[in-house]
Amino acid sequence: MRTIYFLVRKEFLQIFRNKGMLPIIFIMPVIQLVILSNAANFEIENLKLYFVDKDQTSYSRLLRSKIEGSNYFVLSGYGFSTDEGEGALDRDLADLVIEVPRGFERTLVRDNSEKIQLTINAIDGTKGALGNFYALAVISDFNRQIREDFQAKGTVFAISKPLNHIKINYSNWFNPDLNYKTFMVPGILVLLVTMIAAFLSAMNIVREKEIGTIEQLNVTPIRKHQFIIGKLLPFWVLGLFELSIGLLIAKFVFDVPFVGSIILVYAFAALYLFLVLGMGLFISTFTETQQQAMFISWFFLVIFILMGGLFTAIENMPVWAQHITLFNPVRYFIEVVRMVMLKGSGLADIKWHFLIVLLYVIGINGLAMFRYRKTV
Amino acid sequence: MEEPIIYAKDLTKKFGDFTAVDAISFEINRGEIFGFLGANGAGKTTAMKMLIGLWKPTSGKASVAGFDVYREAEKIKKNIGYMSQRFSLYEDLTVVENIQFYAGIYGLTNQQIKSKTTGLIEKLGLLEVRDSRIQSLPLGWKQKLAFSVAILHDPKIVFLDEPTGGVDPITRRQFWDLIYEAAHNGITVFVTTHYMDEAEYCDRVSIMVNGRIEALDNPSTLKKQFNVDTMHEVFVKMARPQEA
Amino acid sequence: MNRFLAFVKKEFYHIFRDRRTLVILFGMPVVQILLFGYAITNEIKDARIAILDKSKDHLSVRLIEKIRSSGYFLIEDYLNQEVEIEKLFKEGTIKLVLVIDESFAQNLEKQHATNIQLLADATDPNTANTLINYATAIIRNFQAEINSGTLPLTIIPEVRMRYNPNLRSVFLFVPGLITIILMLVSAMMTSISIAREKEVGTMEVLLASPMQPGQVILAKVVPYLMLSFINAVVILIMGKFIFGVPINGSLPLLLLESILFILMALSLGILISTVTQSQQAALLISLMGLMLPTILLSGFIFPIENMPPALQVISNFIPAKWFIIIAKSIMLKGVGITYFWQETLVLVGFTILFVALSIKKFKIRLA
Repeated sequence: MRTIYFLVRKEFLQIFRNKGMLPIIFIMPVIQLVILSNAANFEIENLKLYFVDKDQTSYSRLLRSKIEGSNYFVLSGYGFSTDEGEGALDRDLADLVIEVPRGFERTLVRDNSEKIQLTINAIDGTKGALGNFYALAVISDFNRQIREDFQAKGTVFAISKPLNHIKINYSNWFNPDLNYKTFMVPGILVLLVTMIAAFLSAMNIVREKEIGTIEQLNVTPIRKHQFIIGKLLPFWVLGLFELSIGLLIAKFVFDVPFVGSIILVYAFAALYLFLVLGMGLFISTFTETQQQAMFISWFFLVIFILMGGLFTAIENMPVWAQHITLFNPVRYFIEVVRMVMLKGSGLADIKWHFLIVLLYVIGINGLAMFRYRKTV
Repeated sequence: MEEPIIYAKDLTKKFGDFTAVDAISFEINRGEIFGFLGANGAGKTTAMKMLIGLWKPTSGKASVAGFDVYREAEKIKKNIGYMSQRFSLYEDLTVVENIQFYAGIYGLTNQQIKSKTTGLIEKLGLLEVRDSRIQSLPLGWKQKLAFSVAILHDPKIVFLDEPTGGVDPITRRQFWDLIYEAAHNGITVFVTTHYMDEAEYCDRVSIMVNGRIEALDNPSTLKKQFNVDTMHEVFVKMARPQEA
Repeated sequence: MNRFLAFVKKEFYHIFRDRRTLVILFGMPVVQILLFGYAITNEIKDARIAILDKSKDHLSVRLIEKIRSSGYFLIEDYLNQEVEIEKLFKEGTIKLVLVIDESFAQNLEKQHATNIQLLADATDPNTANTLINYATAIIRNFQAEINSGTLPLTIIPEVRMRYNPNLRSVFLFVPGLITIILMLVSAMMTSISIAREKEVGTMEVLLASPMQPGQVILAKVVPYLMLSFINAVVILIMGKFIFGVPINGSLPLLLLESILFILMALSLGILISTVTQSQQAALLISLMGLMLPTILLSGFIFPIENMPPALQVISNFIPAKWFIIIAKSIMLKGVGITYFWQETLVLVGFTILFVALSIKKFKIRLA
């Protein structure tokens, strides 16, 4: 116990002594949390629409004013030829182009139907699909209005059958205003805590290897488990500390609701950190330089982060990729934080998360303990 | 006769096809200052690392402080001190913090740590720099401190791997005063070096060439045997017979 | 010049001696592009939903069948009462519940109007939003179906999805991934390599040599420039032949722009190494400092135009943003330099800025 105390004390002394590192460990994550949490917003508003009006009639002008009046679009420009529209797309001046063909009004009245061209920049598929959806809504609204105007003028249609209408009510549970920060803040917090913990622990033992002090430790009677615990504990405390700062920011800066039990979040975080730290330690047992250790942890962290379900939903992945995410610790933590904080899920709802992470903790730390050799 | 405190018989270490240490045998008695000489790459450090339980031997037998190097490496570690060629103190910790850390690791009580710390700092004249970081100290001071820390827990044997590299002769002399003092207090000293003037200070020396021990005796006998005046000349004749 | 080549050679030796790092350097981007090319997607497919059908008549059954056969949704559960919904959401697998009100068909046939509720688990607003939109589109489609019979004055929208007709996420993400990987690998490699020489003390030896400091730095950069360039080419080839991401524009131009971008990242790495004292600090800055901001603020995943204005301003300082625009323009739009010369200039500007700052820092240290 005393040995562990001295090891932990030494680590803390070294952490707080390193003036270059302190801001990276304590300030950078806070700044990132505050700034980056604002970045995520898939809510597509203000799509740039370019309007090509080859018809120039009261109808096409009505459509234009409908577009201008809609919340979804800003009219980024208008012109009178297809080329102008294409150019706007190429130059990113427009996300979509609506083109009203020449003789639109005449053809519509004469033939009872006419086409409108809709060209969408679909590089971002989701955005493209939503843009399409919004544009169709505006066009159908426009269509309804000209029909009504026509009827108001006393014209009787040949086919007259009442229109069926299905009214759709939406309701977004747990986050009724679709507040993206509510969703992003806990997620980014998880990522930051994970990165700090993983990088620091992965570099730690390797650093002692590079400097040579590890040899000195290896000829002392320190026991393996004392050494491992002595290395884990300081970063565990650090990780929980960062988490606490982050949660305070979530609460007081972003006003993220805490529906569920905060103790449950901490309990899970406490366990989860041992998994991340254990991975770092494991990496540092088979690498020789900090450079190698960093590259390897970077490799895994990028995968963990991008496949953690924060940026793109796990349900959208192909099944085999979903299976891979079962080995992704970040996924479990993000799910738990989201479930407990936002939905108020209880222990019963996340018992599997606990169990799986516990298994991984035992596995990875066992491996690290096994791989760490005082004698080679 | 007393049982030797370090005993090696045909101790061998191979790295792949390369034999770094080739069946060396020797015995070292309690309280001896044993010089382990050899050119760079002769296998000194490898041999030492096997004795202190950092590397497992490929074959042969060895025991340190009565414990077997294969099975009882951890018990050996309780009884030895070690100062490595590379630096063994934490550069970013202060003098006091380093002493306290290693004392704590070796399980000294708070009372012991306190008295040892004051005693050491006084003895080495480090009072003014007790709260300075190691990185700000001159190399000679670091080495003296590292040695003192290595014997802080009163080990039976202390292993020194080229402890005086890179410092001037006067500082080296001061360092050896510390070694004599430790030996006087009953600590066996096992020291590797390639400074031949240091070899003169040892009770007995062995000279390693290409992984083998080519000579083992006290310095004066060796000098007589080779009919030269200094250990340096002995070494030149041994290590480079073709040039001599 | 010979001296310079000798230095470059030395750097290559360092790199090739360290097999593990080499494997990571080349293996990592390949694995990542494979993994992410398939896995990172916003395409909704087989989203798990539940249905609470209070009506259970011929029209509601038809609607459910339409939803099932759309390919977007997987009907995981049929509920009987509203109270079950909350429990379902809390367990976390179901993201959307469709509630069909009583007498669905009857209302439609008699009053020509009826109600449907879409309840989404909005803890992930992205998914919630998209699912609701998809479901709405299907229901509107269904509505049009039951309204069959030609209506007067019908406008038929003709939709053309440009640049990415099948709406594949990989088209969006491959240019982004190239950017992220090049950015992080290049900046990280140089910053570590220089910080390491400083830490070990060999930097002083190099600086004491008759080489100019500039040459020393350049010699460190050249090997990494080549490695990163190879990485870029490998990723492009994989993007094209595995994921079918086209290179519609000029390939030489794309490669040139990639070199420019790599240079920019390398000079950022140099700058980081001049302001840090240890490898550890250099690593943490290039990883912690660059990873999330690059992923989040470059437009890689989140559209920049949706961000708050302050963040849109900040995003201009993320060099990756500019390269992503360039890469998308060349690869997907197939347009030429006239369309993105400004972005190119910005990258040149960043490079010059980083190099100038490094030189300044360097001189201060030497003085």
